[in-house]
Amino acid sequence: MNPIIDVNRLCKIVPLARPPGEAVVTPAPELVILQDIDIAVMAGESLAIVGASGSGKSTLLGLLAGLDLPTTGSVRLDGTDLATLDEDGRAALRARLLGFVFQSFQLLPALTAQENVMLPLELAGVPGAGELARAMLSRVGLGERLAHYPKYLSGGEQQRVALARAFVMKPKLLMADEPTGNLDAATGAAVIDLLFELNAEQGTTLLLVTHDEALAGRCGRIVRLAAGRIVPDPVEA
Amino acid sequence: MSELKLALRLLLRDWRAGELRVLALALVVAVASVTSVGFFADRVRQALTRDAHQLLGADLVLIADHPWKPDIADEIRKRGLAFAETAAFISMARYGEASTLTGVKAVSNGYPLRGKLRVSAGLNLPDNDTDVVPLPGVAWIDARLAMALSLRLGDAVEVGKLKLTVGAILTLEPDRSASFFNFAPRLIMHVDDLPESGLVTTGSRVTYSLLAAGEPEAVSALEKALKPRLGRGESLQSLENARPEIRNTLDRSQQFVGLTALLAVILAAVAVSLATRRYSARHQDAYAVMRCFGASSGRLLRLAALEFIALGVAASAVGCLIGFGAQFVIAGFVTELIGARLPVPSPLPAVQGFLTGLALLLGFALPPLLQLRNVPALRVLRSDIGLPEQGAVLAWGIGVAVISCLLVWQSGDLKLGLTVLGGFAAAFLLFGLLAHFALRLLDRGIKSTARAKGGGSAAPSRTMWRYGLANLKRHARTNTVQIMALALGLTAVLLLTFTRGDLLATWQATVPPDAPNRFIVNIQPEQKQPLLDLFKANGLTPPPVHPMIRGRLMSLNGSPVKADDFAERDRRMAEREFNLSYMAMLPDANEVVSGRWFAPNDAAAFSVEEGIARRLGWKLGDTLTWQVAGRDYSAPITSMRKLNWDSMRVNFFVIASPGLMDAAPTSFITSFHLPEASAAFANSVSQRFTNLTVIDMSAILKQAQSVIGQVVRAVQFVFLFALGAGVLVLYSALLSTQDERQKEAALMRSLGASRAQILSSQRAEFAVLGALAGLLAALGATGIGWAIASQVFQFPYHVNHWVWLAGPLAGLACMALNTWAGARSALNHPPLLALRES
Repeated sequence: MNPIIDVNRLCKIVPLARPPGEAVVTPAPELVILQDIDIAVMAGESLAIVGASGSGKSTLLGLLAGLDLPTTGSVRLDGTDLATLDEDGRAALRARLLGFVFQSFQLLPALTAQENVMLPLELAGVPGAGELARAMLSRVGLGERLAHYPKYLSGGEQQRVALARAFVMKPKLLMADEPTGNLDAATGAAVIDLLFELNAEQGTTLLLVTHDEALAGRCGRIVRLAAGRIVPDPVEA
Repeated sequence: MSELKLALRLLLRDWRAGELRVLALALVVAVASVTSVGFFADRVRQALTRDAHQLLGADLVLIADHPWKPDIADEIRKRGLAFAETAAFISMARYGEASTLTGVKAVSNGYPLRGKLRVSAGLNLPDNDTDVVPLPGVAWIDARLAMALSLRLGDAVEVGKLKLTVGAILTLEPDRSASFFNFAPRLIMHVDDLPESGLVTTGSRVTYSLLAAGEPEAVSALEKALKPRLGRGESLQSLENARPEIRNTLDRSQQFVGLTALLAVILAAVAVSLATRRYSARHQDAYAVMRCFGASSGRLLRLAALEFIALGVAASAVGCLIGFGAQFVIAGFVTELIGARLPVPSPLPAVQGFLTGLALLLGFALPPLLQLRNVPALRVLRSDIGLPEQGAVLAWGIGVAVISCLLVWQSGDLKLGLTVLGGFAAAFLLFGLLAHFALRLLDRGIKSTARAKGGGSAAPSRTMWRYGLANLKRHARTNTVQIMALALGLTAVLLLTFTRGDLLATWQATVPPDAPNRFIVNIQPEQKQPLLDLFKANGLTPPPVHPMIRGRLMSLNGSPVKADDFAERDRRMAEREFNLSYMAMLPDANEVVSGRWFAPNDAAAFSVEEGIARRLGWKLGDTLTWQVAGRDYSAPITSMRKLNWDSMRVNFFVIASPGLMDAAPTSFITSFHLPEASAAFANSVSQRFTNLTVIDMSAILKQAQSVIGQVVRAVQFVFLFALGAGVLVLYSALLSTQDERQKEAALMRSLGASRAQILSSQRAEFAVLGALAGLLAALGATGIGWAIASQVFQFPYHVNHWVWLAGPLAGLACMALNTWAGARSALNHPPLLALRES
């Protein structure tokens, strides 16, 4: 079986501004964000990418989702090399495969909870978007708050709407970027429980980016990042 | 789901969330002001044209020096047009022993077709409009004829073989122009009496006119049909070639109305641009999220374009309706003022308004939307990634191109359109630069003050002031944009209040109330001094008296002048006898535009009016040869003059240097202002010098002033709308930074700042912004006012110093309102809501 995510020798290097006065003959300074990353994730697997702030986690997630392009190396999603696709092609692939949950929720403030969940369905032209969104919001426990705008929802409620929005499309692969990063411990735990429940129900492959070891521990496998490289698990004392 | 359906759904959601209200309001107000200005201007324009037709007495006048063949009159009637005819000539009118040379006009029923005659039942009695003409056997005479012959109502005045009963005193003929013929005393009779008068014989100089009036299309069709059929001595007069002095007034008034429409368009563009900028800033995240969901950038662009076009169509439709309704309201009370029914508006302004709305949207709203397409999807993970900057130049380029086309289209006058556009573009750039440097300068000042104080702790209120002033630099970019927009809005407001008033006042002042109202012509050299003495004896200031010589142009640079060398219109001018003069001093209301005025020891020379020089192909240095009483006078042209024809003074196309033509047969002419109270002076002049003709210009002057007065009032109403658009720009400018300020206030409150502290910090920042924007606006209004006055309307422009006080005060007032409104919404809502929205 082919992995749903296949990452080979991935590097992301960005140029830095030359300090004033520095001679132009010296090589331009660069910042290595990610170096030689190899990851393979099989369908149905759950993988946590763990690392401290600045370790390159979010950059890696952006590259895996085709939101950004690597400097060298390749990313294959569901057998398709992202480098062979243009921006619109990558967007079409995302529409077919991916669901997202973000640290900052990213709900559209002008839309109600239900409309936020309807949006990806509408963009994909799925009929009966309203009904599907209502059912999904009921599933995440927000059946009474369909018409509420994000600013009138608590952080936990907003993230549940985001979960409903991600799962309503029944994605093959869910990418979650620090999903509890903006929530207190208890609310975060409830949201994570819900995420794993939905994941199990739909048999979705889960890629979770976090700095929270406990949360990472709930995934089947952990990849650790430090200074842009994959590092081995710490030896348990 | 079809894309349009989804776009409409997105539109409804954005609308409900209040995201599009400002943009829609900007569009509605823009289109409403453009259409109401358009509708109203269209009606005023039609009314002005119609009123100007009164000055012709018809829409079209056919003039001949012989009786018209009956088939021409039949042609006019056949086309369903109103018809009248007149025959005018000079004749002696007699009563008892007295007689005087009189301008006689025989008219048919229906005359005049445009405008009305006014008559009174006796000298110095109130006059009224009348719809009839004198019956056969009756004459209406003007006051001068009544006085000259001591005629009263019921007396029988003799004209040729006729004895006509005086039926009324004629006080106004709408079509009486300022030609020399018309300055003689006046008598109007019925055309049916003409054959029996014995006055019309072979060789008698009679001007036969056929008058036509009706629907503009029918009139122009008639004009087209008759033009090729005109024979020798026949000509056609329409509004285009009649009465240049009235034409001038009309042109200017249309320029004023056009200018107002231009301002509304520019202001609307700024408002739409500001509103979309806000929309686009607030929708970056939404676009990043949608791209993350897999929507292609092309799809998002199509959706946004459809959403906005739907909004544009709806807003333009509402704007057109409001504009249409509003102009009826204005027209309602303007009708009272201009004393005439305004014609029904044409549908063109609605189309124009609609297209304007869509063009504004395309030019100013779509470019920021196009940029939204480029929002990197990565923004969902890193909110610090914003819009790429590259598209900005192109986006503004599109907007500027669109508005340029709109301006030229709206004004219908390339020079006016480009002057206004150039003025605003220059002002905008200048405002940006000045605001930028002023903010930097202030920042430096604040820092050096802080250093001087050694950074010690100050009173909390002063700290907040310092914090507010430091914000000027922190928000340098948004502040610069806000100052630019605010200054632009205020420029428009100042321009429309102060500068507009100055422009209109200057225009009205071109025919001052003390302008000369009497001319005396045919003064013989030996009468000159006794006449001036008579002025002094009656307590009047003796006016300047100018020599007048009748001469014919014989050759230009030695080559004989042939009529065939000129276009038809100029031919008459080249062939006719000119009134020449000579004088040492440049007369009032004259300005030398090239060459130089005569100096005492110069050789013989001519100074000519630039307009006639252009038409007849005269250049500086050309030698003109004039023939006066069989003798030739030659000299080169050494200067060109610009004349103020509105001045009502004696003006000459050609002036000779002193000495050149002194020996030629000369009479003298003068013009002067005679106060109403001294009106009898004119009679004593006529009695003492029987050969002199005293011409009363006051009726003509009154007519000209009343036309200008009507136009001024109409224009002022149109200005109100552009003013409304200016206020909207101010509102959009204030709103453009409100989100940022609200978040900041919420953050400060959550950090423990008190209400008073936040207000104090905002006040400091806004006071500087307001004052700066106001100063720039005063600068802009003065500059643009000067450019319009001197470059477009050719008025001398006087700076209004109040504008320098009003500008900053208005700026401060706007920002105070902004502080109040912004602080109210920031302080009255829980800070958490504002923070959550961010």
